Amino acid sequence: MAYSDKVIDHYSNPRNVGTLDKSKATVGTGLVGAPECGDVMRLQIEVDENQIITDAKFKTFGCGSAIASSSLATEWLKGKSVDEALSIDNMAIVEELALPPVKIHCSVLAEDAIKSAINDYRVKNGLPALELAKSHH
Amino acid sequence: MLTLPIYLDNNATTPLDPRVLEAMLPYMTNMFGNAASRNHAFGWQAEEAVDYARDQIASLINCSPKEIIFTSGATESDNLAIKGVYEMYASKGNHVITVTTEHKAVLDTCKHIEKIGGKVTYLQVNSEGLIDLKELEEAITDKTILISIMYANNEVGVIQPIREISAIAKKHGILFFTDATQAVGKIPVDVEADGIDLMAFSAHKMYGPKGVGALYVRRKNPRVKVTAQMDGGGHERGMRSGTLNVPGIVGLGKAAEIAKQDMESDTARISAMRDRLEKELTTIEESYVNGSREHRLPHVSNISFKYVEGEGLMMGVKDLAVSSGSACTSASLEPSYVLKSLGLSDDLAHSSLRFGLSRFTKDEEIDYAIGHVKEAVSKLRELSPLWEMFKEGIDLDSIEWAEH
Repeated sequence: MAYSDKVIDHYSNPRNVGTLDKSKATVGTGLVGAPECGDVMRLQIEVDENQIITDAKFKTFGCGSAIASSSLATEWLKGKSVDEALSIDNMAIVEELALPPVKIHCSVLAEDAIKSAINDYRVKNGLPALELAKSHH
Repeated sequence: MLTLPIYLDNNATTPLDPRVLEAMLPYMTNMFGNAASRNHAFGWQAEEAVDYARDQIASLINCSPKEIIFTSGATESDNLAIKGVYEMYASKGNHVITVTTEHKAVLDTCKHIEKIGGKVTYLQVNSEGLIDLKELEEAITDKTILISIMYANNEVGVIQPIREISAIAKKHGILFFTDATQAVGKIPVDVEADGIDLMAFSAHKMYGPKGVGALYVRRKNPRVKVTAQMDGGGHERGMRSGTLNVPGIVGLGKAAEIAKQDMESDTARISAMRDRLEKELTTIEESYVNGSREHRLPHVSNISFKYVEGEGLMMGVKDLAVSSGSACTSASLEPSYVLKSLGLSDDLAHSSLRFGLSRFTKDEEIDYAIGHVKEAVSKLRELSPLWEMFKEGIDLDSIEWAEH
C-alpha cells in the first residue's frame, strides 16, 4: 500500500511532538487506543483564559497514518477555540491525508483523542464532561 | 555499490539465481515441447529435461526421482497432501494432527477437512515455537491418519524436531507430512533419515522461479498414495494432472542442484551476517528475538522492538524490504497468529520485524540495515507515548486502555 505524500510528510516531519504538563489546570490530556490494537495516541492541549487552544502536543504509537493523523490534529487545534475544536471531524482528516479505507480508524482515533483531551480540560475546570464521540466502532 | 532498497524479505520469496534462469531459457523458446508427447523429438526433449530435474531434486532430498510429484507450488502441494491423504485413507480414520503455527495453506486446508466431517487437533507451541512431543503422542487416537507439521516456520524460522516427530508417527503407523517450503535448499533435508512420508516444497523460496513446486510422496516403507485433487490426463503417476511446467521444473531442478552444491558455504556466510545483524539490533534497549535461537534456520531473524509499532517502523525503514507481524493493514487488525502462538502479547507482536537474508545479501547491506533500523527505532520511540511511560516507570498493564 502506498502512502500519500501528506502522510509521508507528517510521518517524516511530525509537527508538535512532545509533552505538556498534565498536572496544570490549563492542560487537557487525551490518551486513546490500546497497545494490543497497535495504536495509542496521546494528545494534549493548552487552553488560555479566552478558551483558545494556544498549544497542542502529541505522541503516537502506531502506523504512519496514525502518526500523521495526530500530527495533523495538533496543527488544526492550535489557535482554535475549544468549541471549534470539538467540531473537527475524522472525515476531514481522512480527506486531508487521503487515507485509504483500511486506515480510517486512525482518523477516528485522532478525533477521539481531541474530544478526550477537551473533556479532560473541562472536567479539570469544573465543567461537565461531554458525551464522547459518535460511535464509530 | 549499495543499491536501495535492500531486499531482506527472503522468506516471502527469493530472487531467481541467474544460473537457474540460464537453465530455464531454452525451454521457454525453441525447446517448448510437451513432456507428455511420446511420439516426437520435442516431447522427448521436454521429458528428458523433466527427468533430469527430478534427479536433481531427488539428490537434494535423498529420495527416488519417482517419488517427486510436480505441482504449481507449496500451497498446492499442501492441499494435495492433506486432502489427498484424507480421501485415500478415509477407511482408516478421519483425524489429522497439526500445529497452530503452520502456514495458512495447511491451516485452511485443515479447516476444509473439518468442514467435510474430519477431526483436526491443533497442537500448541512453547515460547520457543517448538511443539511438545508428549502432547503430540497424547493427541493420537485410533482414528488418526496424518500428522502434518512444518519443517521450519516462515515467520520465525524455528525448526521442529522432525526426526522425533516421524519416529512417533511411525510407531503408531500414521503418515507424516511436512511442509518444508522454508527448509528445503536452506538446510539439509533428507527424507530417509528424517522419516518423512510426504513433503511439500517450492522453487521460489530457493532461488528458483515462481509457480512451480513439488510434493514428495514415499513409495516404499510404506507405499503412500494420495487421491488426486484435479482430474485430467493422469500425469505424475495419476496424482496430479495437468501439462508439466517444463521451464519451471527445469528451474526447480537447477535450483536444487545449486542448493546442494553451495549449501555449506552459503549457510556459513549467511548465518554469519544474520548473527551480526541480530547482535547489533539486540543492543537496542527493549528488543527481543522471537522464537528459538538454537533450532532455527540460518537466514532468518524475527525481532520485536518494544513500544514501536511494526508498520510504522517499516515505513521508517523504507530503504529495507522486510515484513512485520503487525497487521495494521489487515481488516482484522490482528497481529501475527504465529507470534501470538509463541505467547507474545499483542503489543510485542505488533512491534516485530522479520529479516530474511539470502545468498545474494551483502555485508554492506547488513551494515546499512543495522544503522537504518537503529535510527528508525530511536526516532519512533521519541514519538511513542508508551516509550515515555516506560521510561517514567509506569506499568503499562496498570492502565485501563480504551479498546477500540
